[in-house]
Amino acid sequence: MIQLDRLTKRYGDVVAVQDLTLTVKAGELLVLLGGSGSGKTTTLKMINRLIEPNAGSVRLNGTDISSLPPHDLRRRIGYAFQQVGLFPHMTIAENVAVTPTLLGWPPKRVRQRVDELLELVELDPNQLRDRSPDELSGGQQQRVGVARALAASPTVMLLDEPFGALDPLTRQRLQGSFLRIRRNVGLTAVFVTHDMIEALVLGDRIAVMNEGRLVQIGTPHVLLTEPSDDYVRQLMSAPRRQAAVVDRLIGREWTS
Amino acid sequence: MSEQLALLPEYLTAHIQLTLLALLFSAAISLPLGIFVTRSPRLEPLVLGIAGVIQTVPSLALLAVMVPLLASVDLQSIGFLPAIVGLTLYGIFPILRNTVTGIAGVNLALKEAAQAVGMTPAQQLARVELPLAMPMIVAGIRTSTVWIVGIATLSTPVGATSLGNYIFSGLQTRNYAAILIGCLAAAVLALVLDGLVRAIERGVQTRRKRPVWAALGIVLSLYGYAAITLATPLFGGPDRPVVIGAKTFTEQYILSAILSEWIEQHTDRSTTLVQSLGSMVAFDALAVGDIDVYVDYSGTLWANEMGQGNVTASRTEVLGKVERFLREERGLTMAATLGFENSYALAVRSADADRLGLSQISDLDRYASRFAMGGDYEFFARPEWPAIRDTYNLAFRELVTMDSTLMYQAAALGQVDVISAFSSDGRVTAYNLTVLEDDRAAIPPYDAVVLASERLARDEPAVIDALSRLDSTISAEQMRTMNLEVDEQGENPRVVARRFVAELAATVAAASR
Repeated sequence: MIQLDRLTKRYGDVVAVQDLTLTVKAGELLVLLGGSGSGKTTTLKMINRLIEPNAGSVRLNGTDISSLPPHDLRRRIGYAFQQVGLFPHMTIAENVAVTPTLLGWPPKRVRQRVDELLELVELDPNQLRDRSPDELSGGQQQRVGVARALAASPTVMLLDEPFGALDPLTRQRLQGSFLRIRRNVGLTAVFVTHDMIEALVLGDRIAVMNEGRLVQIGTPHVLLTEPSDDYVRQLMSAPRRQAAVVDRLIGREWTS
Repeated sequence: MSEQLALLPEYLTAHIQLTLLALLFSAAISLPLGIFVTRSPRLEPLVLGIAGVIQTVPSLALLAVMVPLLASVDLQSIGFLPAIVGLTLYGIFPILRNTVTGIAGVNLALKEAAQAVGMTPAQQLARVELPLAMPMIVAGIRTSTVWIVGIATLSTPVGATSLGNYIFSGLQTRNYAAILIGCLAAAVLALVLDGLVRAIERGVQTRRKRPVWAALGIVLSLYGYAAITLATPLFGGPDRPVVIGAKTFTEQYILSAILSEWIEQHTDRSTTLVQSLGSMVAFDALAVGDIDVYVDYSGTLWANEMGQGNVTASRTEVLGKVERFLREERGLTMAATLGFENSYALAVRSADADRLGLSQISDLDRYASRFAMGGDYEFFARPEWPAIRDTYNLAFRELVTMDSTLMYQAAALGQVDVISAFSSDGRVTAYNLTVLEDDRAAIPPYDAVVLASERLARDEPAVIDALSRLDSTISAEQMRTMNLEVDEQGENPRVVARRFVAELAATVAAASR
């Protein structure tokens, strides 16, 4: 369980996140949804202390995270982001193994874990283990990124638009894989995206953010049927408006 | 040529010692400093700025400035130490700059990933930032390597043996084969070392262990070789050879070789030469005991060390005063007066002398405004020059500083009209020049004297005794001939010296019979 309490981050006069209070329940996937500059990524990075808040607190299973050394905290939290950040001077196996190695797992267990994870993210260990990251496609790289994040069996995972840079079909496949992995592993996850469809498909609940504040939090159904204000209503109707455009195009083809 | 090649092991070994040690120190300073700077970005402009300024100091000046700097803190100021310190300083900047740029240039996403997977700051540095900055850092090390190998040739004037000995003595004695050997050897050494560093880097990047170990093995053996050869003299006990110094001109090369031959023949002591020292450097080196013996000139000591200007004193008077000054003020011994003078003298083309009726310096004042005057590197900075200028009220059209070997030719070819010649230099006559009489006695007498260090006078009476037997053994004519044999006939100073010592021994033997 992750509890954010009156979390605030300012950069000079600019407020990135203002008084944010919310709870991510154990085993839940919470989507942080919002446009650019809404504060969703800043919020996410305050959970693994990549960014330190100016005020407020984050509790992880009841423990205030500011009481833990940052590297200890991060070894318990998986992190995947859009740029992936695979280390180019390491093989795929070394990349996946990095956190277990830091934790001092015995080499044999690390090797087993690497193969297990590559299979989990639907990659062939025998084929890819000793490859270098730049030999992989974007989709494969992000699968490795997710495998690395999961390597030390974290109970919490943070994802920052992990599939944002992928083409639509690859993105869909990875979303599907991720849903399956999450069910198997039983993760508590926070997932940042600005993609409405992704939010609706993946999220148990969605927290809509705008200008550093929490606007509304609820299940996709609640957000779709009972938007708290105009911003949420506009946001939630975006997929339907896009679908309408597609429908019209199909209709025109039919009539012509 | 073969005589020159015989010197290669000694010079090359010394060069390798200088280069490898300076490179090691440069890296040992600049790598941690570079890492430190990336952790505290506010210091970056300051540190890089200082390192950059050091880099802009001309390399020869950087090495030369180490001499007084080290002397002021009572460290060995001539020889290996000033060269190492100077070269190390010079090698710092490329490695430092590339370390900083390399680490700063690591992709931000990778830095974030390194944090996010749970690395401590030290682990982020060791496992991600340094490996990724490595190609950049290695490029810096390679730049430093090549620079240091090149600049190490400039260690010769501060008294450290290097391949520069070939170049400096070759330039003075017009031995172009020597210059070529020195340059080629330095170039090959630079290529080899650069190639080794590159081979290590390639191997590491492609994860091939064998070439890395091979190259690393060669580098380590070179370091081992440098360490052993450096340490050997340390185990030689207190019996260090007698160190003979020489300034940067032909006569000094010949005289130092004569001293060396003479001492080795008349005592059981071995000798070693430290050649191509600057004029002031040589005296300071003797004063602090870095060299044991060298030849200087009474007038030079009179002007530079005693600060005397215009003199009317006679040759013997000056000699006596200089001797007393050295003994009482500096604790140095004047072991012998060789018998000839090598004074500064103004010389003009003989044709001009005849045509314009020039025989004394005072005859110049009518023509000075039309004449260009050439002087060696130190002449215009020495106290003798203002003394001459003011005594004779000379205002030349132009003052040109040049190497003393080129000066005579420049006068003969009409590029300058008056030069600061040396009276013992055979080229005065060889180039049809005429020495003008110092009719108002502005130039002090310059008796060649053998100076010995305090240590030598105290601990080695046999050497002092041998040196004293050189008293009044070299006439001005003999010295001129020997200078000419090296300067114009391209003979090796050592060969000329050996011949002289053999003849001298024969005369001494004949006289005693």
